[in-house]
Amino acid sequence: MRKKRGNFADLEPLIPPTTLHTIQLNLMAKHVVATVDEIPPGERKIVELEGRSLGVFNIDGEFYAVRNICPHQGAPLCEGRLTGLLESDVPGEYRYTRKGEILRCVWHGWEFDIKTGQSWWNPAQKRVRKYPVEVEDGATVASGLQKGPYTAETYSVSVDQQYVVIDMPE
Amino acid sequence: MKSTREKVPVIDTDIHNTLASPESLHPYLSERWRKHQTMIGGRGHAGSNYPRGMPHAARHDAWPPSGLSPGADLAFMQEQLLDAWDFEYGVLNPLMGGSGLNLEYVAAIARAINDWQVEEWTTPEPRLKASIVVPYEDGELAAEEIHRRGEDPNFVQVLLIARTDEPLGRRKYWKIYEAATQYDLPIGIHFGGTGAGPITGAGAPSYYIEDHGGMPQAFQTQVISLVCEGVFERFPTLKFVLIEGGFAWFPPLMWRLDQSWKKLKEEVPDLKKLPSEYMKEHFWLSSQPVEEPPKREYFDLLLEQLNARERLMFATDYPHWDFDAPDRAFPTSLAPDVKRRIMSDNARELYKL
Amino acid sequence: MDTWDTKPSFVRSDLPLIDCDIHNRVPSLGTLYPYLPDFWVEYCSTSGFGGPEMGDYPGGAPTSALPDTKPEDGPPGSDLELLREQTLDFWEADYGILNCAYWVQTVHNEYLAAALATAANDWQVEHWLDQEPRLRASLVVSSQNPLTAAQEIERMGDHPGFVQVLLPVRSLMPYGKRHYDPIFEAAARHNLVVGIHYGGAAGIPPSPSGWFSTYLEEYAGAGQIFQAQVISLVTEGTFDRFPDLRVALIEGGFTWLASVMWRIDKEWRGLRHITPWIKRLPSDYMRDHLRFTLQPMDAPPDPKQFLRMIGQLDSDDMLMFSTDYPHWQFDSPEEALPMGLPESLMKKILAENAREFYQL
Repeated sequence: MRKKRGNFADLEPLIPPTTLHTIQLNLMAKHVVATVDEIPPGERKIVELEGRSLGVFNIDGEFYAVRNICPHQGAPLCEGRLTGLLESDVPGEYRYTRKGEILRCVWHGWEFDIKTGQSWWNPAQKRVRKYPVEVEDGATVASGLQKGPYTAETYSVSVDQQYVVIDMPE
Repeated sequence: MKSTREKVPVIDTDIHNTLASPESLHPYLSERWRKHQTMIGGRGHAGSNYPRGMPHAARHDAWPPSGLSPGADLAFMQEQLLDAWDFEYGVLNPLMGGSGLNLEYVAAIARAINDWQVEEWTTPEPRLKASIVVPYEDGELAAEEIHRRGEDPNFVQVLLIARTDEPLGRRKYWKIYEAATQYDLPIGIHFGGTGAGPITGAGAPSYYIEDHGGMPQAFQTQVISLVCEGVFERFPTLKFVLIEGGFAWFPPLMWRLDQSWKKLKEEVPDLKKLPSEYMKEHFWLSSQPVEEPPKREYFDLLLEQLNARERLMFATDYPHWDFDAPDRAFPTSLAPDVKRRIMSDNARELYKL
Repeated sequence: MDTWDTKPSFVRSDLPLIDCDIHNRVPSLGTLYPYLPDFWVEYCSTSGFGGPEMGDYPGGAPTSALPDTKPEDGPPGSDLELLREQTLDFWEADYGILNCAYWVQTVHNEYLAAALATAANDWQVEHWLDQEPRLRASLVVSSQNPLTAAQEIERMGDHPGFVQVLLPVRSLMPYGKRHYDPIFEAAARHNLVVGIHYGGAAGIPPSPSGWFSTYLEEYAGAGQIFQAQVISLVTEGTFDRFPDLRVALIEGGFTWLASVMWRIDKEWRGLRHITPWIKRLPSDYMRDHLRFTLQPMDAPPDPKQFLRMIGQLDSDDMLMFSTDYPHWQFDSPEEALPMGLPESLMKKILAENAREFYQL
């Protein structure tokens, strides 16, 4: 079942079978997707989790994860350019804040707030799926979180590091 | 969830290939024009520059790892576009070389671009077909180039642009239509160009959104001119493809032209029927950028008014930022037979692929 | 005008009607001499100047005048008696809005243009507004110089007969440019609508691709210039600067509007950062601030489809009845309104939308 999104709810993909998605299950599973060192502030990492592509972003030391599919036409959203929030009340006067916290889609340039997943221009309707992210220390990770792209071997050699962990609805 | 889905063949009617560098054309230029290119280069109607929303107006992910510009790397285009979506064919519309003030130079560049397309694009990648770039502001020089390439199966259309010095129905362009008719080549009118005046009939606007979003104004101009000048009475088999102009403006223009023609037809006695009938008969439209109405029934009505089943042809506009994805371009679900026609049958028939 | 003997079904005592596009015409430059300072009269009579360029309605073109609208002396639309009989009386109109398309904008001498505008407006008061209480008029302004135009709006803006400032759709620059702000500021302050009307001769081509060969192309093709103006007003933030501003688009068609709404809304989603002062969907601004007159109707042949086209505007408030008198747009009065309109929408188009917009 596909869930309604915005106005183009019943889009029917022609070629690959599906890109739009919804996940409605309640259980969460934790996945280790990176070490903290691996994603410095202002950087991102694209990861695969349970067949889904996600972008994990470090904004000033805080981590955020959003689904790597634009709700508009299915572009790999998270490969887009990072920008700030540009606002204006009068033509010619610009207010530029929150640099690096806004993601512009890789194709059409739609702007999404990485922290909330909301689109700038229609936050009520267009939003990208966002996932909770935590930072856990190595000991917790080793004690039995689900494995993400990181292999068990990697855990064992880096058990003293901090890990970026995504709470993934199962 | 649909587990099985019929695969619809796709033909992309608007792909942009570009040069790795200006020197890429050197092998195809004579010594004189190589020198001219290095010394002076192209000169056009200056003063209509609207900086894009993004570098090269390109998709952010269309920059090839090779470091070349978007659209300049065939291998990357194959991987990211042709193979990724499994296209049957793609039509190349290089957006360069057709315009400029020094027409002899423009003709030399157009010729070189066409040779370069065969050598470096359509020969190594037979899924790609090219458009003949012509120095369109000079009918005779343009016709010469059409005669040179008219029977070459690498080419499937003649390429013109929406913003021209004069409306395309005027006599100075008729040699182009005569030559295209001889080889039964459709003529594509593509988004863009710089005419002899400001980019709107109300003067020069300020922003790229007005430039890019206002482009239908130039397309309307060309359709009006081609129809009212009687071009289709003189060249009854001529076919035009309106590329990247959108299409929601097309039905209202039919009605408006018919309305005014009923009162003013004595001014244009060459026209034998309603302007809308010429429009329905002689024009095809590429789909991108697809208008996205707030309700799907609006879009359905538009498709019906356009006779989209016969006249709309899918296009991505790769590698540009306003790219439409084959699986998600249309804000409605198309009936299977309509989908097949729009995604490939219409283009296959028109371009004889 | 044989078919004009019968009144259309929608002319009913219980249906108010406002005609939003009636053309009163300055018969000749000499008509304005009594309203011009002496030195301008002398300049006009010794320079060979014949008045503003008036190529928008070629004299013999059927669209330029309905049969039987020419008074004994003077061009169609120049005689109050005949105009009153053929418009207000015939349609039993509550109000008729005069659009005097006297394009002083084509006069390169801006001070002469301003003087002509002043003269034309004084002439409108004396010969039209003072004579017929059902008429309202539009201010002629030298908008090529917004400062002089604003002065004229200041001078006449509180006259109860004027409800609108009239601008030609063809301009040297699109109207959203801040260059024109003094006009919009003055209009908004005096609670006047700004009407953008077919025509004008700005000296630049009437299209992005040059000059048309025929009048048919220029006339039927004017829609694309209206589109440029609409896009400009929205993207330049004119309606953000003047939140109370109302703009009427006159004699330019309207079925193209939905295509502009969809296209510009889509563009804005990706290009918002270039014009960040636009706070809402561009189409929202259009629905809030723009109104369109009905004639000439760029209507599909199927009336049912026409109703669906009107529905696509997502607003019942945007269309206003007009005859475009004395121009010839429809062959029988019944055709002046789309067929099969639901009663509520018919009422809105016939009068309510205009009454609210022009505050009549």
